Amino acid sequence: MPTLEAGALEVFSQVLNADSPHCSIPMFADHVEAGFPSPAQDYVDQKMDLNELCIRHPAATFFVRVSGDSMLEGGIHDGDVLIVDGALQARHGDIVIACLDDSLTVKRLELQPETRLVPMNKAYQPIPIHPDVGTTIVGVVTNVIHSLR
Amino acid sequence: MYALVDCNNFYVSCERLFRPDLRHRPVVVLSNNDGCVVARSPEAKALGIGMAVPHFQVRGIIERNNVVVFSSNYTLYADISARVMTILDAMTPAMEVYSIDEAFLHLPDEHAQLQQRLQFGHKVRERLLQWLRIPVCVGIAPTKTLAKLANGAAKRDVACGGVVDLCDPLQRQQLFRQTPVGEVWGVGRRTQAKLQVMGICSVADLAGSSPEKIRRRFSVNLQRTVYELNGQPCFTLESSPVNKQQIMCSRSFAQRITAFEDLREAVCTYTARAAEKLREQGQSAHQVTVFIRTGTHNATERHYSNSGQRRLDFPSNDTLALVHAATSALQSIWRSGYRYAKAGVMLTDLCSEGEVQRGLFDATSAQQHRPALMQAVDAINNSGKGRVWFGGQGIKEDWRMKRAHMSPAYTTRWEDIPTVT
Repeated sequence: MPTLEAGALEVFSQVLNADSPHCSIPMFADHVEAGFPSPAQDYVDQKMDLNELCIRHPAATFFVRVSGDSMLEGGIHDGDVLIVDGALQARHGDIVIACLDDSLTVKRLELQPETRLVPMNKAYQPIPIHPDVGTTIVGVVTNVIHSLR
Repeated sequence: MYALVDCNNFYVSCERLFRPDLRHRPVVVLSNNDGCVVARSPEAKALGIGMAVPHFQVRGIIERNNVVVFSSNYTLYADISARVMTILDAMTPAMEVYSIDEAFLHLPDEHAQLQQRLQFGHKVRERLLQWLRIPVCVGIAPTKTLAKLANGAAKRDVACGGVVDLCDPLQRQQLFRQTPVGEVWGVGRRTQAKLQVMGICSVADLAGSSPEKIRRRFSVNLQRTVYELNGQPCFTLESSPVNKQQIMCSRSFAQRITAFEDLREAVCTYTARAAEKLREQGQSAHQVTVFIRTGTHNATERHYSNSGQRRLDFPSNDTLALVHAATSALQSIWRSGYRYAKAGVMLTDLCSEGEVQRGLFDATSAQQHRPALMQAVDAINNSGKGRVWFGGQGIKEDWRMKRAHMSPAYTTRWEDIPTVT
């Protein structure tokens, strides 16, 4: 009997163990590549898409650009791009985009003990939101895109 | 059961999305080339600025009242529209996008009770308000024609909270009596005039007419409208009394055109754009109409306007074939010595691509490859990486539109995204 490698022997022994004068050996009709098959072959069309990672509600998602340093301690810098999801219900502690007076602003939303928009920079004062006047929340900031170079 | 969702002053709502400073200010949007008013905020309507009036006629009101004026920003409107439609699509088993700011929704079957239907309408409204900040009205009824009327009622009557349900025949009667027949979907101005001669003035009059008589005097479509007003559905999703059997592409020029070459370039460009739309719909056109005209508001200029048609041997959606027909039509109506202000191309007699009967002798090898060529052209032009076009369209495009008050493409260009502080 020619020598067989350990793995191959197991397969053979399974086939031969059948108590029969005939033994059937499975035939693999596929052609075999001579050479090393690319381990990536089966995965070629799965590219990673940043949208998948960052955007849960594409129809309700907008991008805005930050101007100024009022959110510096929240890791939000001048020139950063923010991903804003309008479909999320803003909760206490969320970073939100709100309509304030005549412009759009990014601040931390606090609902307790009172509703206010809080800058994350000690140089700025929190902005109380009067319950009668209210403010429009454009959406919740879900991600910050900050370029390092 | 149908729900018609219609955005309120859609273009103005889009312009206000990232401009909180415009919240309570009068805003108008102008048509292509800043010609006419095509959208007004409620504040602008209150100032007496009419729909479709030429910009120059209301310039006085605009200046005195500090009205904010925008050129049409179709990039922005189309993007927001696509978002609206995506959100609606997720809320209904089937829908029809009827226009840039309107969609018919099939109401899910479980909405048998009035209360459930109203709840659904409010849910649609609230979702679009929260997710996109786009205000809409919802009209609910057993037929599309009634859903349209219900939507109109929702827009007019603020007290209903933006949702009107017209499933109850008794409730319909009161609205029918108060509403002129011209408000009915598919009843145009000429039909309205004819109906009035017959004593049919209100919606109630039309709903009470004999469907047979209406078909004999008008058309089978108007007969269907009568049935629909009585709660019997005739128009399903994707069918309507309004003939959408034409594709139009027309613009005013930024400056007057006097040279044939320039006019031909413009006509070729419009034809190419119309052919692209045609292919998007999977249709072919049998007839091409070209029209050109000089300015109409300037009394000192000599006026000329004319249109020419060419019928193709076989319906086609091949840009080259359509451009060829359009150029030939233009040649037949071109007169030198005039200062042209506007041109347009209309493709009519449309049929679906599969219905086209080919001739025995027209399958030359060059034509066989045309569909592939057109596909390649559309693919390149839709890729956002660049454009290819046909020689006749020219390169300079001096005649392009005037858009002096254009807002940024807030949602589609990185350079244009809104700034927050």
